[in-house]
Amino acid sequence: MPKDHGIGASPKRREDIRFLTGNGNYTDDMNIAGQAYIHFLRSDVAHGTINGIDTAAAAAMPGVVKIFTSVDFEGVGGVPCGWEITDRQGNAMQEPKHPILAEGKVRYVGEMIAAVIAETADLARDAAEAIDLDITDLPAVVNMRAALVDGSPKVHDDLTSNLCYDWGFVEENRDAVDAAIKGAAHVTTLELVNNRLIANPMEPRVCIGDYDRSSGDSTLFTTSQNPHVVRLLMGAFVLGIPEHKLRVVSPDVGGGFGTKIFHYAEEAFSTFAAKVCNRAVKWTSSRSEAFMSDAHGRDHVTKIELALDGDNNFVAVRTDTHANMGAYLSTFAPAVPTWLHGTLMAGNYKTPLIYVNVKAVFTNTVPVDAYRGAGRPEATFQLERVIDKAAIELGVDPIALRRQNFVTEFPYATPVAVEYDTGDYNATMDKLEQMADFAGFEARRAESEKNGKLRGLGVNTYIEACGIAPSNLVGQLGARAGLYESATVRVNATGGLVVMTGSHSHGQGHETSFPQVIAEMIGIDESMIEIVHGDTAKVPMGMGTYGSRSLAVGGSAMVRATEKIINKAKKIAAHLMEASDADIELKDGTFSVAGTDKSVAWGDVTLAAYVPHNYPLEDIEPGLEETAFYDPANFTYPAGAYACEVEVDKETGQVTIERMMAADDFGNIVNPMIVDGQVHGGLAQGIGQALLEGCIYDDDGQLLSASFMDYAMPRADDLPNFEVDHSCQTPCTHNPLGVKGCGEAGAIGSPPSVVNAVVNALRSGGADVTHVDMPLSPSRVWEAMQS
Amino acid sequence: MTEVSMTVNGVSVGGSVEGRTLLSSFLREQLGLTGTHVGCDTSQCGACVVHVNGDAVKSCTILAVEANGAEVATIEGQAAEDGTLSVVQQAFQDHHGLQCGFCTPGMVMSTLALLKDNPKPSEAEVRKYLEGNICRCTGYHNIVRAIMAASGQDVAIAAE
Repeated sequence: MPKDHGIGASPKRREDIRFLTGNGNYTDDMNIAGQAYIHFLRSDVAHGTINGIDTAAAAAMPGVVKIFTSVDFEGVGGVPCGWEITDRQGNAMQEPKHPILAEGKVRYVGEMIAAVIAETADLARDAAEAIDLDITDLPAVVNMRAALVDGSPKVHDDLTSNLCYDWGFVEENRDAVDAAIKGAAHVTTLELVNNRLIANPMEPRVCIGDYDRSSGDSTLFTTSQNPHVVRLLMGAFVLGIPEHKLRVVSPDVGGGFGTKIFHYAEEAFSTFAAKVCNRAVKWTSSRSEAFMSDAHGRDHVTKIELALDGDNNFVAVRTDTHANMGAYLSTFAPAVPTWLHGTLMAGNYKTPLIYVNVKAVFTNTVPVDAYRGAGRPEATFQLERVIDKAAIELGVDPIALRRQNFVTEFPYATPVAVEYDTGDYNATMDKLEQMADFAGFEARRAESEKNGKLRGLGVNTYIEACGIAPSNLVGQLGARAGLYESATVRVNATGGLVVMTGSHSHGQGHETSFPQVIAEMIGIDESMIEIVHGDTAKVPMGMGTYGSRSLAVGGSAMVRATEKIINKAKKIAAHLMEASDADIELKDGTFSVAGTDKSVAWGDVTLAAYVPHNYPLEDIEPGLEETAFYDPANFTYPAGAYACEVEVDKETGQVTIERMMAADDFGNIVNPMIVDGQVHGGLAQGIGQALLEGCIYDDDGQLLSASFMDYAMPRADDLPNFEVDHSCQTPCTHNPLGVKGCGEAGAIGSPPSVVNAVVNALRSGGADVTHVDMPLSPSRVWEAMQS
Repeated sequence: MTEVSMTVNGVSVGGSVEGRTLLSSFLREQLGLTGTHVGCDTSQCGACVVHVNGDAVKSCTILAVEANGAEVATIEGQAAEDGTLSVVQQAFQDHHGLQCGFCTPGMVMSTLALLKDNPKPSEAEVRKYLEGNICRCTGYHNIVRAIMAASGQDVAIAAE
């Protein structure tokens, strides 16, 4: 029987009730008495000099409260970047100022130039249309390689070039890698593009700034994955508001996928403008604005070389990537192509020598930052594609080639600085083989052939580093923040618990899964436990949710705080039963004295803590509330094996996903239902990247894919039913729950298997194809078929 | 400004609107029915689906004045007065057919319309029907299962 309670059970999600009845509390559902509305006037050119902004006519429009331009922000800091990369020569990256409203120049379509505050959103928009802009167009640069050519237009005049940094990793290995590749029996080379994506959570971003003139306190309600990070960055680096005078609240948030991690200029503007206007101000992004102002994802152009010896053992990997930063550095942008990408280039394989070179480039496009997986999909895609190409060139089975090179002994220190604590890559591949019925593939292929379709099978593995991270390590790597997590567990007198967690749920179901952990530890019902998150006035300083870290880091903090609660409660119980602390056992919500029939209930102990009439006041304080900050000792390393079967229409190039299979190792599982759902969503985004989604700029820097009419979001009939399994479990060795994280796996693991499957299908039809760039649109596939 | 009146979830309501005011805005901002969500400005996402005179309509595609005199049903009117979820709502919870919840009201309202026209849809018919509702969290897998279950067809309960 499956469990119905505690760790490993799949209780229905409690948050669903409010979402299913229209009672969610998303930021746009909130209104503050007397609030005015913001409309941002955004640049419609990619690069230009602002000669003048005439707001006189707009200011006279009905309902206008105030119009802001950059002159109103003199003395205010720019939007900061949260990670500094050191380049191959030991120099700091080039870091341009990122103003709240454009100063002197505009550098991408969508950059904010002015903001109108008016009595209604419509009146604000009407007035923005009356602002007279005088902008001289400048040549824009969109292509990364072109941006690095001498004489290219410069995105930032005060920087030496459009190169943000030239990063080498591990630089000391460079010569050895070069030599190994030169001397290898076989070298497979692949050039590929990791297509630019737009995260598009269904809830557009929203900000409400508020100012309390009696207390002098500022409050920002915002659609953020990490309100404390926003409070720290905005308060300390932009607006100069001490944290005790600034509250940031993220209530129900309608999906994030990374793009709601970052501190955005709209947030600082709203907080600033509320104080200036002395009233609440609200901005609700339209979807069109979201396309040109939410940080984009991916956008790497890569050449990878895989060197093998005469026995097909991997001997070296060398990669050369250009990574697009856009026009400004978003909060964690510099870390994505470097520490979240280079450190994963070993994949699941014991390649002894690896060298990664990344050139990060400024262009006249929207800033690019983390999107589900962030660096790890880019690493996985190139590695798993080049292995498949090597298998084709060598005429060997791609699965056997992978198995031959798997890391099999743990812990395993890679040549790219990380140490995998546990894993069993053969086990997940075995599981995948069971699920996929590879033996029956040729029969399925023959059936497809009868219907005029080519059928292909693609397989890959992946590994990711989650649960970011040891703070002392990331500090050495350039992070300007700690990456621990926090939790306060407050036990009430009558025995119920409130957990204030620094993690933030925007779809992940923490309100359901976190109580399962505590219920298991204490032996009480989940309904006695409430989760509070997303409000800097309520929860301790936390770092939020991204990088599949909530349970591994936030859950661990919660476990540590609960352990402190249990230890103190045992002391109280010992006093009540006149026994020794060491003899007290807690099971099923009851404290007992070992070897006796004495017991007290959980509720008796919690009541005694707050009504301490019979209480060891000389030894311990009253009350039952504990806080823990958990800083992980290492990353966690979820891994898995994925397979995809496709059909390709010979006439049109249309690809249909027939089967998508994922065998993951997430370590221990708290809620299997939620884990399945996370993998499903990741698979859909990975398939979206592989087949459908592509953010396209023209040469002038105009964003061509700027609505759901132009950007192909996966629909229900683009996707199959997914086959997922997480029965292979090698628990993480260094966190108390043994969990690894599951949020990004599907998006990391699926793109290579889709492309591998399509290439396999096309080759079965006689095409001499080893790669097709994503998205695999019918036209691209059809063209590839003609080769 | 124009005076409009309509019945929303069985209650007579009215208000004063501009000609350009969308039904979605009227519901959210004047009536405070914030369960109807707006996820795009090009009528693709379907988060704002409500029923107008029994038909599923994207409430961002019609003006409030066009709904004058209409019977409108929104997500807020779907559960019983005692809070008991409707069959469709319950199926979405049972099968983990939602994560962030933002697309959910539109999904539920579209599902009701589908099942009214086609009480026992095939999986392919469900997927085709959801063309006008975008979800970014679930990959649709569990939404499809929820809808199949809500139509009385056999689906295993979500996960293990």
